[in-house]
Amino acid sequence: MANDTLKTEFKRYMDEADAKCAKFPERPNLEPNRLYTPLDIEGFDYEKDLGFPGEFPFTRGVQPTMYRGRFWTMRMYAGFSTAEESNKRYRYLLANGGSGLSCAFDLPTQIGYDSTDPMAEGEVGKVGVAIDSLADMEILFNQIDLSKVSTSMTINAPASVLLCMYIAVAEKQGVPAAKLRGTIQNDILKEYSARGTYIFPPKPSMRLITNIFEYCSKNVPLWNTISISGYHIREAGSTAAQEIAFTIADGIAYVEAALKAGMDIDAFAGRLSFFWNAHNNVLEEVAKYRASRRIWARIMKDRFHAKKAKSMMLRFHTQTAGSMLTAQQPNNNIVRVALQVAAAVMGGTQSLHTNSKDEALALPTTESVTIALRTQQIVAYESGLADTIDPLGGSYYVEALTNKIEKEAMDYIKKIDDLGGAPEAIAKGYIQKEIQDSAYKWQMDVEQGKRIIVGVNKFTQEEEPPKNLLRVDGSVGKLQAKKIADVKAKRDNAKVKATLAALEDACHKDEKTNLIPFILEAVRAYATEGEICGVMRKVFGEFKAHTAL
Amino acid sequence: MNIVEDLLNHSRLALAKGITAVENEYDNAVEIMTKIYPHTGNAYVIGITGPPGAGKSTMTDGIAKEYRKRGKTVGIVAIDPTSPYSGGAILGDRIRMMDLMGDDGIFIRSMATRGSLGGLSQKAGDAVKLMDAFGMDVIIVETVGVGQSEVDIVKTADTTMVVVIPGMGDDIQAIKAGILEIGDLITINKADREGTDKLNIEMEMMLELNPEHVQWRPPINRTIASRGEGIEEVVNSIEEHHKYLVDSGKLAEIRKKRIKSEITDMINVRVNRYIDKNVVRTPDFEKTVTKLQSRELDPYSVVDGIVGKVLK
Amino acid sequence: MANVKVLVAKPGLDGHDRGAKVVARALRDAGFEVIYTGIRLTPEQIAEAALQDDVNVVALSLLSGAHNTLFPKVVELLKAKGMKNVLVIGGGVIPEADIPGLKAAGIKEVFTPGTPTTKVVEFIKANVK
Repeated sequence: MANDTLKTEFKRYMDEADAKCAKFPERPNLEPNRLYTPLDIEGFDYEKDLGFPGEFPFTRGVQPTMYRGRFWTMRMYAGFSTAEESNKRYRYLLANGGSGLSCAFDLPTQIGYDSTDPMAEGEVGKVGVAIDSLADMEILFNQIDLSKVSTSMTINAPASVLLCMYIAVAEKQGVPAAKLRGTIQNDILKEYSARGTYIFPPKPSMRLITNIFEYCSKNVPLWNTISISGYHIREAGSTAAQEIAFTIADGIAYVEAALKAGMDIDAFAGRLSFFWNAHNNVLEEVAKYRASRRIWARIMKDRFHAKKAKSMMLRFHTQTAGSMLTAQQPNNNIVRVALQVAAAVMGGTQSLHTNSKDEALALPTTESVTIALRTQQIVAYESGLADTIDPLGGSYYVEALTNKIEKEAMDYIKKIDDLGGAPEAIAKGYIQKEIQDSAYKWQMDVEQGKRIIVGVNKFTQEEEPPKNLLRVDGSVGKLQAKKIADVKAKRDNAKVKATLAALEDACHKDEKTNLIPFILEAVRAYATEGEICGVMRKVFGEFKAHTAL
Repeated sequence: MNIVEDLLNHSRLALAKGITAVENEYDNAVEIMTKIYPHTGNAYVIGITGPPGAGKSTMTDGIAKEYRKRGKTVGIVAIDPTSPYSGGAILGDRIRMMDLMGDDGIFIRSMATRGSLGGLSQKAGDAVKLMDAFGMDVIIVETVGVGQSEVDIVKTADTTMVVVIPGMGDDIQAIKAGILEIGDLITINKADREGTDKLNIEMEMMLELNPEHVQWRPPINRTIASRGEGIEEVVNSIEEHHKYLVDSGKLAEIRKKRIKSEITDMINVRVNRYIDKNVVRTPDFEKTVTKLQSRELDPYSVVDGIVGKVLK
Repeated sequence: MANVKVLVAKPGLDGHDRGAKVVARALRDAGFEVIYTGIRLTPEQIAEAALQDDVNVVALSLLSGAHNTLFPKVVELLKAKGMKNVLVIGGGVIPEADIPGLKAAGIKEVFTPGTPTTKVVEFIKANVK
């Protein structure tokens, strides 16, 4: 049918359908259209808008064979208590079919405090593993061959320090840095806008990031130097379009910083990676992943004139949405996670972490982590969702939704450009305000029953408090304190002093002085993370949040 | 607890409770204010105002730290608007001053404007007096320069500083027309932004036009308050203005004016409330209004009658 | 004109402030005066801010699991500063098993994920002194 005929036919059809079910009460918060047709993707151009997988603009995926070649990396985010405990969990996950590691660090480690710092009180080992020095890192990767495994580390402000510790552990295992594979999150901008584990002000933070880009491009070439993260922006309450818009705007800022530092776009762009949320609305999420690939490819090609295809590919890790887990009827979370996995897989993720059912209550137990991992394996091997590439490509609805999200995101990116780029938009509080407004709207929708969360505001039931939650006891702080004392007694303290002094000097020099070799020297000498970050705090100062409500 | 006695003995709790008493108009408020009055008049009062987003609380934080470095104790009264819809408020200034917590030489109080009958300037003035009696050397009153009552508050300070930022567009026109006139100091914050030089020239030109600036010409400072840059110079300027006021005898003049305006305000608030309670909110008044509407009465005679009775 | 003043604060190092901010806005819309103090605060900073603003309510939010250490500490410091009659409430990822201990330590109510903001508002209205 030609579009004109279709238009007439569509109108006739809809009128008749409307008449038939004239007064059915519509649920709130629904898509405006109940049916999509070719009319919703007028002007759709396969070559321009989709292309083939592995080819520009990568809407359908970044590899030509996708999951026919191999499945996504099943990478379970884990870490708690001491390095010894976490090492056990890592080896368990690898033995059970996990294909990569993902390290969760406790908050003192993420904010550059030793476990003995007064600011660390109550937090040691709680949301992740406590790492104070190279000695802890050696235990964390004990009996894990770093030449074989790829390791992702959720570390931002002190990413340089933890990366150096990883390099130093590898050295001890006899694995050269050039063979190391993995990712550091290293995305400071979203810390200011959404996640909160910043240390230094933006300028020195951006310097550390570009220093890492440069160092790794020469010495750790297989390492993903940044994971530009929308996950936390979404968790803070943004919409799907805001998630990719604010994150890609951050990405643009990192690219610009690296170019300003004199790097060639194709020397580092291929090592940039992204990190998306997998939320509850399956088809919206699939459209979001597809739109994000297309936007990034076009920006890298048209705006930054990248030449290599790799530089234009948006490769991403996914985590299922923690904020969508309910404390009520926690078993329902298993189903939610399965649907979120379906979205991530149909959206073409490169790696995936699945949350466990009990995470709205506490850190997950081994049992619940196993279910979460098995969920990925069931989707991979049984569901058929991974059998063909971009299975929803060509769906009228999904293509229309992909276009819509792309447009919404591009409008935001334009607005942020007008404000002077992501760092400036964050300094002005614009991005934070947009996220907060969305979060507040979501909450009000739930409270007014416009948005249904099963077990929370509908189908609720009385239930027994859940049992068998994982508990991290308070003794971790004491254990870490003893370890730090041991390290300080054994190490060559004169050498530590000298390496820290050299680092301090280097910090004072301009940003062309790469700090990574100095940090690596201090790490090798068993300087603690708190000592190294302390030197940088002294020179760079500390960031203070200026966001109001 | 005896609020007055404890406050004069440096009890922070008593200071907090004293301010609450005046803020909420508790029965003991008048007694507290009467008793502490002889102990006031020693602090130097600085008013800081400017448009929303100018960085006033970050500036206040920086100035407080600089005064602490110079060995002075600092009280801060930070005022935020009450939402006209819910009557609630987000008092958001303190968030930028949290690292001052734990310093015994600092006391910050957040206040909401609480509507027009609230007598905000009197309450803020009382909070300043309580901090003064407590022994704070310097007291900073910080408020958004939008409403008249907010401007009234900073106007009564010894030194008033207006904070502006580049790139405000049309907002600058409003400032030109209004609050800029009250500034003894002008500070351009976020001075690393584009448009700083242009703004500086505009400010200079506006100051040229004001004939009052013969003896004291407001200096224009530049700051990047979020990085603490330029704050030392701002405090130097405040101190210069202080010195000028003392040397020229103007300080006594200003303070006399302040007392006069405070008393006038207090009388006005008292009279307004009396009239509101005893005249406006009475059944008689409703009847009178009805008669006015049907033109049985005329407003001039009505007012004469009421005022004659009230002011008897 | 006595308005209820609520201090909303996040002790510890946890940066997840979505819940705290949503609650702060909901409390404002319910007519309270809300002092939002942001993330990464020590118990001492929170207690001192509560004293200076002479608040009626201190609402603490924490998702990192450090609540058993940090919440009671805020209560202790408030007491030490002579702040009687302050209603201290808490929220976040807090296991059911920890709630009795927190209540014994002076946290009057603990709100877990999924709690509507209206419930927090009602609780404050019913219990504030």
